[in-house]
Amino acid sequence: MTTMIGKSIRRWWAVFTLPTFLAFIIGFLAPFILGVYLSFTKFTTITSAKWVGGRNYQRAVQDPVFWHALWYTTLFTIVTTIVINVIAFAIAYMFTKALKGATVFRTVFFMPNLIGGIILGYVWQLLLNGVLSHWGVTLTYSATYGFWGMVILLCWQQIGYMMVIYIAGMQALPSDVMEAAAVDGASGRQTLFNVTIPLMMPSITVCSFLTVTNGFKLFDQNLALTNGAPSKMSEMLALNIYNTFYGRPGFEGVGQAKAVIFFIIVAVIALLQNKLTTRKEVQA
Amino acid sequence: MNRNIKKAVSIAAVAAMSLAGLSACGSKSGSGGDGEKGKVYYLNFKPEANDAWQKIAKKYTEETGVEVKVVTAASNTYESTLRSEIDKDEAPTLFQVNGPVGLATWESYCDDMSDTEVYNQLVDQSAALKNSDGTVVAIPYVNETYGIIYNKDLLNKYTQLDGAKISSADDIKSFDTLKEVADDIQARKAELGVDGAFTSAGFDSSSDWRFKTHLANMPLYYEFKDDNVTTQPATIKGTYLDNYKQIFDLYITDSTTDRTQLSSKTGDDANSEFALGKAVFYQNGTWAWTDLSAAGMNADSLGMMPIYIGVKGEEKQGLTTGSENYWCVNTNASDADKKASKDFLNWMITSDEGKAALTNDMGFVTPFKSMSDEETNNPLVKIAKADTENPDTYSVSWNFTMMPSDDWKNNLGSALLEYAQGTGDWDNVKTQFVDGWASEYNLTHES
Repeated sequence: MTTMIGKSIRRWWAVFTLPTFLAFIIGFLAPFILGVYLSFTKFTTITSAKWVGGRNYQRAVQDPVFWHALWYTTLFTIVTTIVINVIAFAIAYMFTKALKGATVFRTVFFMPNLIGGIILGYVWQLLLNGVLSHWGVTLTYSATYGFWGMVILLCWQQIGYMMVIYIAGMQALPSDVMEAAAVDGASGRQTLFNVTIPLMMPSITVCSFLTVTNGFKLFDQNLALTNGAPSKMSEMLALNIYNTFYGRPGFEGVGQAKAVIFFIIVAVIALLQNKLTTRKEVQA
Repeated sequence: MNRNIKKAVSIAAVAAMSLAGLSACGSKSGSGGDGEKGKVYYLNFKPEANDAWQKIAKKYTEETGVEVKVVTAASNTYESTLRSEIDKDEAPTLFQVNGPVGLATWESYCDDMSDTEVYNQLVDQSAALKNSDGTVVAIPYVNETYGIIYNKDLLNKYTQLDGAKISSADDIKSFDTLKEVADDIQARKAELGVDGAFTSAGFDSSSDWRFKTHLANMPLYYEFKDDNVTTQPATIKGTYLDNYKQIFDLYITDSTTDRTQLSSKTGDDANSEFALGKAVFYQNGTWAWTDLSAAGMNADSLGMMPIYIGVKGEEKQGLTTGSENYWCVNTNASDADKKASKDFLNWMITSDEGKAALTNDMGFVTPFKSMSDEETNNPLVKIAKADTENPDTYSVSWNFTMMPSDDWKNNLGSALLEYAQGTGDWDNVKTQFVDGWASEYNLTHES
């Protein structure tokens, strides 16, 4: 039996899906396919492409800076994923317990997420350089400073966002399980680790997916905060791709090839991570 | 029946929506024609000249009825803007390349310029760039000059101190004198009320080109001169790298700023230090006048001397003059548009309004015969002009247009910064300079 809603959906689906579908093709699928095609060509503009086969890929993997950017980015992603999720979870946990002024704080923590990455980068560059000048150095003095500068920046920006997701998850926790745990005499620590966290796995899946991909794709903040200095040692993957594209005449295709490799890496890691955390999800 | 109507309506709605979406992408078709007149679309490279270009474009349209659109790319984004613009239906008809290396990227888009008035009017026709077939395709339109700008008032004040090493600025004729003076100023900076002899050698991207590109031109110039190099070589030797080190050491030692702080210093920092009288010397060029006067600098207190790096016979060395701005006409534009663009350029360098705009509003020194009598109000340009006309000195040419790639400049810049702040050594600068040249040349010349 078809319901009324089912009927109208069947009749009107085209009005609602086709525009989005077209936009998806024009704005995502077409550029993506074109991008993959361009990675096999030598080009200045997209109409002047000349097929060169796998040479761009060969050049891309021969670039030591690319490999450095890859492990630097990986390290960065691991650190930020852990730090952001742990802190965001802790703050969310704090706020769902009775805490005065929680709503105000929630808003305050969420605010940084509304500011653009480039502006944030410049603001934090001033702040961090101001602090570092105390020791007579600057953010771009060595790649380590740049690394931790970007970690601080990204944490500051994203903790609030993840916190909101965690709060939503915690508020949806079934209270009967909590009560049962309390009646059974579980300590606060036991409740947290054995009841709350397993039940929170769906939120953790979402948040870790977002932080992992955001970490890998970081560009604006990297550009504004260190711009890869010193000597491209704080250059992350996305920025490395951008710089390859414009760094030398004739290297547009190599940048494009790196972008395709980058896409595959991020897709594989995101899928793996999704699978891992989804497996841990339980039903109450 | 009813159902069919609804279906038709829904399809129409979808079509309308997707059309609206498409046209929002901004691709307009049906350009090029517009009768006989054609139109001009100039993609300007220099943000500081944007206002003047807009003004003169409007005037040209009023006078001739030819539409001239000027778009300026934000600083550091010219290449990316050009790339995306040139593929559009309404592509720039007139654009710029920055020299032989830039031309290599854009060669297939550049139209023959040999029959144009701007080419005929060039004082030195060999300055125009040719494509690989030997056709003239790019015309330089502005000569710029750089050197060490100094604050005359402060330097005069120094010469009056007891035991000053020189009695006037003209006494500085070699690196050794320059170093003596700079060291002395640095030692007695409290007496003079300055923070250092030289402005901060900042390595922010707004300032690092002064060292990785402009200063690096000095050792390249002398090496190419010794070896009679006139086109981009595949390898270089770095003969004058020790001289490069000498002058760079001077910049970072006798400076307003601690060398570990250089990485974040900007061009604005150096500019304001100089304009506020906190430093005596400032490596920059004729284009700096706009910023300096905006910061309150007086035209009479500005002087400019050559960048001495300690080469034999440098008493006769002059300022460094050249061009990295070349006009090209887009060969894919319609014939009417191409003609309109060339006519516009012709008008720019021959009409009174055009000449005035180039000379006064934009402050350019142009290499055209038709404009040799133009007077300028830019004090640095006046110094530059006097210098090129002085028969006793030789001008240093701009060789950095031969540098193989932006990556070469960036790697050199990073190596310089690391050397300056003490996290790297000079050997790395040498490696980037010499070996980097060869490897970048190979990378960009593999077919």
